[in-house]
Amino acid sequence: MFKIKKCLICNEEVESVFSWKDIWVSSDNEKICSDCRGKLAFLSGERCKMCSRELEEKYQQDGLCLDCVRWENDSEWRGFLSANISLFHYNDFLKETIAKFKYRGDYALAEAFASFVAEKIEHMSHDIIVPIPLSNERMAERGFNQAKALAETAGLKTYDALLRTHTEKQSKKSREERIRLAQVFKVTGPDTIKGKKILLIDDIYTTGSTLRHAAKILKQSGAEEIYSLTLAR
Amino acid sequence: MLQKFISMFSSPSASPARIASPKKSIPLNPAFEYSPELQQHLYGRLLLPEEIPFKVLDDHVENGYVSSTPGLTKDEGRYYCTRCGNKEPSMFYKFPCSRCGKSCAYCRACIMMGRVSECTILYSWCGPKFCFDIPANVLVWEGTLSEGQKAASERVTSAIHTNEELLFWAVCGAGKTEVLFKGIEAALLSGKRLCIATPRTDVVLELAPRLKKAFPLIEVSALYGGSEDRHRPAPLTVSTTHQLFRFKEAFDAIIIDEVDAFPYSMDTSLQFAVNKAKKETSATILLTATPSKKMKIAYANRKLQAVTIPARFHRHPIPIPTMHWCGNWKKQLENKNIPPIIAEWVETRLKSKTPILLFFPSIKVMEQALPLFQQLNRGLLAVHSQDAKRKEKVTSLREGRIPGLLTTTILERGVTIPKLDVAVIGSEHGVFSESALVQIAGRVGRSAKHPTGTVTFFHYGKSNDMVQAIRHIQGMNEEARNRGLLDV
Repeated sequence: MFKIKKCLICNEEVESVFSWKDIWVSSDNEKICSDCRGKLAFLSGERCKMCSRELEEKYQQDGLCLDCVRWENDSEWRGFLSANISLFHYNDFLKETIAKFKYRGDYALAEAFASFVAEKIEHMSHDIIVPIPLSNERMAERGFNQAKALAETAGLKTYDALLRTHTEKQSKKSREERIRLAQVFKVTGPDTIKGKKILLIDDIYTTGSTLRHAAKILKQSGAEEIYSLTLAR
Repeated sequence: MLQKFISMFSSPSASPARIASPKKSIPLNPAFEYSPELQQHLYGRLLLPEEIPFKVLDDHVENGYVSSTPGLTKDEGRYYCTRCGNKEPSMFYKFPCSRCGKSCAYCRACIMMGRVSECTILYSWCGPKFCFDIPANVLVWEGTLSEGQKAASERVTSAIHTNEELLFWAVCGAGKTEVLFKGIEAALLSGKRLCIATPRTDVVLELAPRLKKAFPLIEVSALYGGSEDRHRPAPLTVSTTHQLFRFKEAFDAIIIDEVDAFPYSMDTSLQFAVNKAKKETSATILLTATPSKKMKIAYANRKLQAVTIPARFHRHPIPIPTMHWCGNWKKQLENKNIPPIIAEWVETRLKSKTPILLFFPSIKVMEQALPLFQQLNRGLLAVHSQDAKRKEKVTSLREGRIPGLLTTTILERGVTIPKLDVAVIGSEHGVFSESALVQIAGRVGRSAKHPTGTVTFFHYGKSNDMVQAIRHIQGMNEEARNRGLLDV
């Protein structure tokens, strides 16, 4: 009952206020300390209906951010991704945490976000959860897929409907380059996704190009509707 | 056998450094033509395959020039990290590993250096020894040593020669680094490889240029998280203790600077890193101004050899702190008041343009106090461990561009500011241990030009540590006087 818990992010001991309730209900939710929780910036206020970005007065059009307006005006991309939901603002703290998680390979950090991911997904209707895959090369380097890890630790079953055929060194490419890139995914089992509502999972939504590529090929292969969830935006 | 003190200052149950034996021991194939580049890269190191960009690695393993070790081992159900020595169950985590296809445990304690998991193999050079070229005139330092420094220098030199373990206990401002120069020179000339290890990156950054200047003809490598010269072998290395995790049986002598300066109790981990990084027969010099209780007891019982320098190089005594009751400082600060006696102390120094450091027990209390003190003078700033501008702010104070700094214990060591006066606010607080208070007092009167200054403990009830700290300084001054190391 008095087992010391450490914060998964900063490794400091989690101060849990002991109450009578704890005798009856084991409270297992304290994966991170209040300090780290405070450094996570939940996306709030008025947000883009399409991609969750926090909207500014000047840069919007009918509730969409200008990036999404651009996507939806492009006949090549219109209508594939129904909406993206993101949990947190991609601030310095989250940048550092995600870098440790996926580049250093600290899988345990996925669990720090598990309860947030699980809670959000509970309110999103879907038939199949599909993690954005890594290429074989990147998978061998990292040892796990960070998108899948986020879903797994949240207790969710995933289905690997996609295969990545191109390298994902996205961060070094411009928006134009990312969009123009030929399709980077392949659908593995079209029968399974036919007519299904699919929820894609990834760690970060940057330009939205990865998720839209995935949504496009899934829809073209017969999926009914595509939504996505990312940790950061 | 020498009494290995390093293994004593961890918990008594801690076993000495243990390294899982290589999977298979392959005899050296003398006909094999080994790669000198790989030898340089791996000599004295223990690295992940990702850290070894050589295609010929496997050939060297097969021919007995490189040994391989499992990254994690399991003993009685407990995991153990071969690289960092972590065996704390909460610092291991299992994940579905795509490399081995299993649920694979990994070490979270050293994850920032790349993941060591159950299916990871660590590599180390076990072929011919790498030799450094050491010119005869390796040391160019021309300063002179005080009497106390000279005696200590001779003792350190002989300890390195005879592979002893030695506590080098010298007061703040004794000139410890200069004392090491002769010992380092002698060791280098006899073909030894040395390392100065410290828990703090700040100390590496401060020491490395001084050593490069004193030993300009050899490679001095400086290692800390994010440093560049990570894979160049050097006869003299300055490293954070953390970076020592990447070494194995590399050094003939390790000098641990600020041996008590760990931000948290990392004793076991330090012990492990040092034991692994040094050779089986090697010297260990433990350098500090404030040895731990355990070390002092071992010294008193003659289980640990020691050499002391109780006086500063400028032959003036260390200023003795004075204690002043200031009432309930915490409540007063919460109510947006500076305790009057403290305000007066600060204003006097602002008027006389004496630079000040005000130590606070926590970041929270300090941040509460900052706006209040800025009403006395807008130039006053605050620093803490996560402050990216820490260095600039300290430099501003040193160069007289700001009148003073509010700080947490982060500035208790390694800071030299001429003419400084220091106050500790809430000095009875638990973070102000005897050694912290001795170090804080050691910031004052360091330069030969201004060898005096005041140190004031403002408290709401004296603590034992405050009293002990004052006794500690008095004791050192007295020893110095008895040994004729003081002029006044």
